[in-house]
Amino acid sequence: MKNSGARRISYAECSARERLGHVLDAGSFHEWLPPSKRVTSPHLAQLGVPTSFDDGVAIGRARLQEREVFVAAQEGAFMGGGVGEVHGAKLVGVLRRALRDRPQAVLLLAESGGVRLHEANAGLIAVSEVMRAVLDVRAAGIPVVTLIGGANGCFGGMGIVARCTDRIVMSDIGRLAMSGPEVIEASHGVEEFDARDRALVWRTTGGKHRFLTGDCDALVEDDVRAFRAAAIQAVTRAATSRPLTLDSLEQEHAGLAARLVAAGSGAEALALWAQLGVPDAARIPELGAAAVRGLRPSASAALAA
Amino acid sequence: MEWKDLAQALFGEGHRIRQVGELLAGEAAFGSDGEPIAVVGTTGHAPIGVQLALAQARVVLDTIARHPRRPILLLIDTQGQQLRRQDEMLGINRAMAHLGCCIDLARRRGHAVVGLVYDQALSGGFLTSGLMADACYALPETEIRVMRIPAMARITKLPEEMLTELSKSNPVFAPGVANYVAMGGVRSLWQGELRACLAAALADLPAGDERARDGAQRGGRCLAQAVIDQVLAA
Repeated sequence: MKNSGARRISYAECSARERLGHVLDAGSFHEWLPPSKRVTSPHLAQLGVPTSFDDGVAIGRARLQEREVFVAAQEGAFMGGGVGEVHGAKLVGVLRRALRDRPQAVLLLAESGGVRLHEANAGLIAVSEVMRAVLDVRAAGIPVVTLIGGANGCFGGMGIVARCTDRIVMSDIGRLAMSGPEVIEASHGVEEFDARDRALVWRTTGGKHRFLTGDCDALVEDDVRAFRAAAIQAVTRAATSRPLTLDSLEQEHAGLAARLVAAGSGAEALALWAQLGVPDAARIPELGAAAVRGLRPSASAALAA
Repeated sequence: MEWKDLAQALFGEGHRIRQVGELLAGEAAFGSDGEPIAVVGTTGHAPIGVQLALAQARVVLDTIARHPRRPILLLIDTQGQQLRRQDEMLGINRAMAHLGCCIDLARRRGHAVVGLVYDQALSGGFLTSGLMADACYALPETEIRVMRIPAMARITKLPEEMLTELSKSNPVFAPGVANYVAMGGVRSLWQGELRACLAAALADLPAGDERARDGAQRGGRCLAQAVIDQVLAA
């Protein structure tokens, strides 16, 4: 076996544009409001903070295995992917354009700490506009798929946005949550959440945990080709968006309520996995994505897309 | 304002809104013909965790199922999302998204949904309630924010004096209900006769999400609508 495949390329280590290059059909990405247009944040400039010519997000149209898709990719290296006024408006813009032009899917390559504190009010309102725009696009039948595998994870308002989309693909090093462990530690003490305990952080918010509890739908290795394959599978399997109906929301509600009961008062993921029926739960932290994929209990699978 | 005083001002004695823990839920007669309005929200600066997000979602789902097209009033008083490890482990972001999706479904099925910040509205707790309504309003003496300036100064490592000075002219980061009005996130402040304010709000729902446009017209969020338009035209 000589040169049977190209070397693995870490999705986490790529920039937003590199990810777009690897995940989408080669050379198919056409960017709207590219850095040459210099649509930057006036608020950061006013505070004397460096700006970025794309305000930390690349948006446009592209092809994914011949299908036309609209895409947005957040750049974690700029302000942690934080959502400010311009950044948020670019996300809203690509979604409203999808509503008008009807691509076959929208892909969100999320990497964000949530609302950008330097323009927090604008960011918070923008995130709610993104949520509503996502749900408008889904109501029109167009599936929205989120990929999470950047070093900054997907937090805060963007963690909520991700859960408003049809389907979430995560790598095992990806994280999906609301508040960062540092924020929780600062608020309730190190006994509540030791932010320096990496194993604890990952088993509470990481890709394997989210997969085993049904909060992400597909679990992949930290490899751009694995993300591409999962994205293709997501848009081929879901040709139209899963509609949000009273029935589907009742089902979601019942699943989440049952999980809350199963957890009892505990905050330890190992115990929750065992409770949900994950075999040999204690071994999960050592296993790779491929091994974990086969271990999702049926209750969790029912909560996934 | 205390929720009981607010309910009294809006609906008089006859309302059937009850407090269970930090949850507010119930209904009240409203309008000239005494038609009921559903009420759901929180009190006591509640932190919104998985349980409280689900409890509010339950009320919204029941209203959709049992009372088609009945208007819904969201009463907002929250310190933001619950900052606990268990809530994170249990996917608090999903529970909050679920609440937002339930409110979104209610709107799509013809329920007028109006949000009212009657005490304080912070961050994630606001995001999946009032900010998902057809329109969100606030009482003038309330507080809406993501973060206070001293905490923001500490985290961004920017001088507090500079932030305080800039906050006088730029509504984009500083706490304050007026800033949210200027940016279009809050449609207006309710002053005077609250019952009349609610009636007017229900009679004048925006056709869609017009907040970016409002923010531009009011001069508080000048770029968002322009950027959206540029993307549509690109």
